[in-house]
Amino acid sequence: MKSARKTETYTATQNACNLCAPLGAALVFKGIANSVPLLHGSQGCSTYIRRYMISHFKEPMDIACSNFGEKTAIFGGGANIKLALDNIRRQYHPDLVGIATTCLSETIGDDVPMFIKAYRDANPDEDLPALVHVATPSYQGTHMQGFHGAVRALVETLAEATSRNERPAVNLFPGMVSPADLRHLKTILADFDLAGNLVPDYSDTLNGPLWTEYHRIPPGGTPVAALRATGGAAASIECGLVLADEPKTAGTWLQERFDVPLHRLGLPIGIGQSDRLFQVLSKISGKPVPEKYTARRGRLLDALVDGHKHLNGVKVALFGEEDLVAGLAGFCGEVGLVPVLCATGGGKGRFAQAVHKVVPERYHDQMQVMEDVDFVTIEKALEAIDVDLLIGHSKGFTMSRRLQRPLIRVGFPVHDRVDGSRLLHVGYRGAQQLFDRIANTVIEEKQKKNAVGYTYY
Amino acid sequence: MAMGANKKPAENVKLDRQDPEKVKARLLAKYPPKVARKRAKQIVINKVEPDGKVPVINSNVRTVPGLMGQRGCCYAGCKGVVLGPTRDIINITHGPIGCGYYSWLTRRNQTDPDSTADGHNFMTYCFSTDMQDEEIIFGGEKKLKQAIQEAYDNFKPKAIAVFSTCPVGLIGDDVHAVCREMKAKLGINVFGFSCEGYKGVSQSAGHHIANNGIFKHVVGLDDTIKDGKYRINLLGEYNIGGDAFEIERLFERCGITLVSSYSGNSSIDAFANSHTADLNLIMCHRSINYVAEMMETKFGVPWVKVNFIGAAATAKSLRKIAQYFDEKELTERVEAVIAEEMPAVEAACAEVRPRTEGKRAMLFVGGSRAHHYQELFAELGMKTLSAGYEFGHRDDYEGRKVLPDIKVDADSRNIEELEITPDPERYNPRISDAQKVALEAKGLQFSAYDGMMPEMPEGTMVIDDLSQYETDQLIRIFKPDIFCAGIKEKYTVQKHGIPLKQLHSYDYGGPYAGFKGAVNFYREIDRMVSSRVWQYMRAPWQEHPELSATYAWE
Repeated sequence: MKSARKTETYTATQNACNLCAPLGAALVFKGIANSVPLLHGSQGCSTYIRRYMISHFKEPMDIACSNFGEKTAIFGGGANIKLALDNIRRQYHPDLVGIATTCLSETIGDDVPMFIKAYRDANPDEDLPALVHVATPSYQGTHMQGFHGAVRALVETLAEATSRNERPAVNLFPGMVSPADLRHLKTILADFDLAGNLVPDYSDTLNGPLWTEYHRIPPGGTPVAALRATGGAAASIECGLVLADEPKTAGTWLQERFDVPLHRLGLPIGIGQSDRLFQVLSKISGKPVPEKYTARRGRLLDALVDGHKHLNGVKVALFGEEDLVAGLAGFCGEVGLVPVLCATGGGKGRFAQAVHKVVPERYHDQMQVMEDVDFVTIEKALEAIDVDLLIGHSKGFTMSRRLQRPLIRVGFPVHDRVDGSRLLHVGYRGAQQLFDRIANTVIEEKQKKNAVGYTYY
Repeated sequence: MAMGANKKPAENVKLDRQDPEKVKARLLAKYPPKVARKRAKQIVINKVEPDGKVPVINSNVRTVPGLMGQRGCCYAGCKGVVLGPTRDIINITHGPIGCGYYSWLTRRNQTDPDSTADGHNFMTYCFSTDMQDEEIIFGGEKKLKQAIQEAYDNFKPKAIAVFSTCPVGLIGDDVHAVCREMKAKLGINVFGFSCEGYKGVSQSAGHHIANNGIFKHVVGLDDTIKDGKYRINLLGEYNIGGDAFEIERLFERCGITLVSSYSGNSSIDAFANSHTADLNLIMCHRSINYVAEMMETKFGVPWVKVNFIGAAATAKSLRKIAQYFDEKELTERVEAVIAEEMPAVEAACAEVRPRTEGKRAMLFVGGSRAHHYQELFAELGMKTLSAGYEFGHRDDYEGRKVLPDIKVDADSRNIEELEITPDPERYNPRISDAQKVALEAKGLQFSAYDGMMPEMPEGTMVIDDLSQYETDQLIRIFKPDIFCAGIKEKYTVQKHGIPLKQLHSYDYGGPYAGFKGAVNFYREIDRMVSSRVWQYMRAPWQEHPELSATYAWE
């Protein structure tokens, strides 16, 4: 096993492979019904994050901020949070305001929980929205920290030991996946006849239709009631192979506080990880896996056999969020792709272990696994090894152009293709789409380079 | 519209069949009294007095917390806007990772690396010190030094610039001292900017800081007077979508020599040499007027305001240059180029105008674009109902004549004003006072910008720092045919069935400047206002008769 860390090469980060913590938190809060994210800091943070997420989702992206000025930076942001909450309530009438801090408010040491308490005390008679706070200084961790931190903050603040529903309820913490993935997961839950508390659920809020009527906040999202109900669910499922070893998550909180059993799986990408999800859902619901999924799985395997000749032995480099890359690495191992490089800007020291767990051992000595790296380091590593394909997000384009290797876009951000929200990664259907896209790219490369111009592959 | 019917009392002026005062009241209705009072001064019904005076508009003031605005931060204005387009300076963001990441090639500034000998282009790179806990606690100067050293070792650039983010100012890192030390060590130009995000009220503060930094550290370093006649600088043109390329093409055709451009398609060498030009042209007054003023005071280079957005405005701007240099050769050349370029523009305009005539636009963007683009809409026969800047100041709205009346508030006072005096050796007024007076008598205005409002009809609404909430209200009230703003507003507006044209990134299209750009813009607006997609918004089985009258496409 080989591994490298950025610190061994450069001190500075050149072309980062991760984003900042408040972005992850804002994305989670966008997935709560009738909620407004509020960044506590200077307006640049919310503007940049809105601007950046829009380039991927192409949807309205209201994220408020508490507009620090120079004076606020000196005297603290208590008054700003109060004014921001007043204004948000008047304009949006939200059910929830998700407050994430920024480098600025964290560096000066603003006590946001105290501000929230003061706000509640000052408005004792009013029907206030749920106020949820998460600390997200971007000098600690990546956007994934912000994402998982916000999910935990939501259940920590809101979960109650409510009585169980008529249908057994399951908490599903899917990790940072696409709107198409979330939609697919919801269908799966429904097919098991489970009431799902999917947290977060931005499938509609960040991938909606044109509006035939006016909406202040886009419809959809996890209802606040569902967040409260997480404490009374039959079980929790948390997805992410690196997340699985995190000591403090939404799932562990519910387990410790409300005895909700926790299943820690990988992102359900590929056959093995999808199988595990279906098995767990079957166990929780007490129902067999619906026939349509078994059939879909069968058709997927049939396609893998048919197309194996195209993918077997093809060397791929994977990069992006730690859990996404680990999930993709597992999928690659299943279809004959060799993940010669697995890289992430995050990782938390557990990335290599997570990747090796799901990739067949015979590939291990061909694999380089890098965590906490930037694109300059990744590209340098790729110059030294032979690679056929890159699989990752849009920021890998420059590298793909220089290396003259095709880039198959997955995950976030995808801002140089039109289908970022519609990319499906999870379940047998997600595996089928990944397989088809990768195989077609391999064929296209072969076909382009072929002198005769064959049309059968 | 009653705008042409002058002399009527203000209350009778209608804006697209609405009473603008009532519209204003509706925009303010949901705000708490204190917020409403503040916003009321930023929402103005336009009225142009015979002497050109317009109402006062409060602007360049802090956005109220919790109002969803359009503005970015000081860092964005400094690093992203003014210095981002320069390809051969390595820009290092000193701070945690987000700020650098989000400003990484995000604006669509185009550049041509082959136009400088070394071919350097660092625009596709994003350098950051990626501060961690440790630096926040113990200081980040050491890491910054290392980052500068690494950038130098890897790329051997001519210059390195350092941009401070919020935590840097708070923990007290002295980026300027680090830059001085590394400049001495490496023997290349290294300079820093204290452009922490919380400074000022918008990106405008960052523009000013960037102007100061370039002037202090770069302008005047190279006194070589290079070949070429009619030597000018183009200031405040950032080459979004290739605008600067189109303007450069016109200069070349006219025989005008472009010494430097701030900062579209620019190189640091050209900044260093820019004080040798004989005239400064200002496109975006807001972001760059400081450099022009300082260059005039120190080196004697006068400036005039130009606008290359709109075919007529382009022709007018080229004629201004000819008027300034006052030589027959140039004047004839300019006239010949205009005569050659205009037929294609006129043909394109005539083709689309039947579909655009009478349509209504709103523009809320930037610090000059909301003004400049009204020219193109006018050429299409479209009316501007309402417009405003994201980060403009009163002079951008009301004209520079109000400069002495602008109250400097605490937010602006903290942005350094450089003390500039004439350079003892190099100050050289390019034209004499007598020549200036003579040219002014012929209509060429120096150091002048009349602002947006004097050119807008009476009754139109001028709104500074428009909020998302007010955007929604304006759309519901007026249902304009097109809305111009940025990417943050785009998808909200389009959800309502109204097309939004991005005037920051051009939706990655363009160019829209000059003659060829005008043609591109006509076609683009025609595409957007004539699109048939909106009629499919509701499926045939979706029946909401009470709502069906509320959409722009119906």
